Amino acid sequence: MSGKVLMKGNEALAEAAVRAGCRFFFGYPITPQNEIPEYMSGRLPEVGGQFIQAESELAAINMVYGAGGAGARAMTSSSSPGVSLKQEGISYMAAAEVPGVIVNMVRGGPGLGGIQPAQSDYFQATRGGGHGDYRTIVFGPATVQEMVDVVGKAFELADKYRTPVVILGDGMLGQMMEPVVLPEPIDPASLPPKAWATTGTGGRRPPVVINSLYLDAAECEAMNRRLQAKYREICAREQMAEIAFPDSEYFVAAYGTTARICRMAIQEARARGHRVGLLRPVTLWPFPAEAFETVIGRAKGFLTVEMSLGQMVEDVRLVVAGRAPVSFYGRTGGVVPSSDEILIEIEKMVEGGGSM
Amino acid sequence: MRLAVIMAGFGGQGVMSMGQLLAYAGMFEGKEVTWLPSYGPEMRGGTANCTVIVSDEPVASPVETKPDACIIMNRPSLDRFEGAVVPGGLLVINTSLCDKPASRGDLRVVALPATDLAAELGDVRVANMVALGAFLAVEPVVQAASVVDALKKALPAHRQNLIPLNERALALGAETARAQLTA
Repeated sequence: MSGKVLMKGNEALAEAAVRAGCRFFFGYPITPQNEIPEYMSGRLPEVGGQFIQAESELAAINMVYGAGGAGARAMTSSSSPGVSLKQEGISYMAAAEVPGVIVNMVRGGPGLGGIQPAQSDYFQATRGGGHGDYRTIVFGPATVQEMVDVVGKAFELADKYRTPVVILGDGMLGQMMEPVVLPEPIDPASLPPKAWATTGTGGRRPPVVINSLYLDAAECEAMNRRLQAKYREICAREQMAEIAFPDSEYFVAAYGTTARICRMAIQEARARGHRVGLLRPVTLWPFPAEAFETVIGRAKGFLTVEMSLGQMVEDVRLVVAGRAPVSFYGRTGGVVPSSDEILIEIEKMVEGGGSM
Repeated sequence: MRLAVIMAGFGGQGVMSMGQLLAYAGMFEGKEVTWLPSYGPEMRGGTANCTVIVSDEPVASPVETKPDACIIMNRPSLDRFEGAVVPGGLLVINTSLCDKPASRGDLRVVALPATDLAAELGDVRVANMVALGAFLAVEPVVQAASVVDALKKALPAHRQNLIPLNERALALGAETARAQLTA
């Protein structure tokens, strides 16, 4: 247990961000993620960083745009209704190719919804979310440790591809405590210089401009083609998934905390003699199509389980492309599916009830 | 070994910290643990509860709808959680604030006036430790000494003076539970 500490998901995520070199946090309060800004407000001043409670979500994301544009590692966090408000800024960051990390501790929606855990922002996160032809890299961690691990990865990829990165948690993951091993801190001064950042010319070079306005349609299209080329590279290189019991005949596809409940149901199903495995996307975009391809040859069926009424299942169907039945089970609005409910759905799938 | 316990009571009874101490203690002993709180409006003054799982294997789901045990600190919590406990499971009931006995006959029950016992020790705030001590006497999923270690880590320097009181509370809860079980 050496080096393990017991931490709340939200606090572990915040500490991991500081250790990943994040020195700027801008946010506006909303349950169930308030421990992130609370932690950052105390922690960032200790490492020479800046915490600002903005006047709104819109202000907060545009502060991330500004800090990221100046080359810093910056983050904001919120929960579903607040993340909707940030979408304009995320679209601007995608177009202007400004890195930044956006955390969404998803709660029940639509509208103000509730404060209990949900996964109903999958479409918003994986399809861009704001206006325009863009994508954000999206992580869907399942444990407090994995949340810590993907924070470092999120900042790394945000810088590497100059793109906003979203971490999609949920209220449960943010509020629960688990033992974690935190990474060694990165000194932001040790990170590679960013020639594109607006750091001041010092009179030695022409100014750099960060912009998302292209009034010439051909230039705007060229910007879009550049973004799409980058997204293709991300899809080719950055897919992450876990497959438990890869030699199974049936698979449950689920991410985040739902995948943990599915794992419990799968253990019970296997104890009853069913050959069922778990296919758990860790990156939700790029969707881990390659992991599905490794099992599709022998898969007799997939069951997608989500805390939504059917969002990721569309990506599963796109990847499976009719080669096996894909069924779906979901609870929403903050209701968490029980492992017993999932077990019933697994048995339906195994007994041949899966529908295309 | 895998044990899931739900702890429930009024906000302010130390239900959340009791759960955290159990989770810390499990971690100190090298076990896998999760602590999942209710975080709805109840944490602003109504009933609060948390689920702690201590296991030899990585914990799949932190949610448990059929706990092995419940520590019930008040009457509404008995009404809410008694039906959920697995047959043969354990109920620890704080009779100081729960005037109703358990209605199921298929559970092991330890009923003790945790709040009154804590008051006798000089501080009602250690009622949670009395209840936790009783629980651990029946389900020794961690050593009581590990809970004390956890408390030493969790308490700030100016509160370390409370550790002997908490140790007495754990011991008193354990003694009371053992006396009931052998009676």
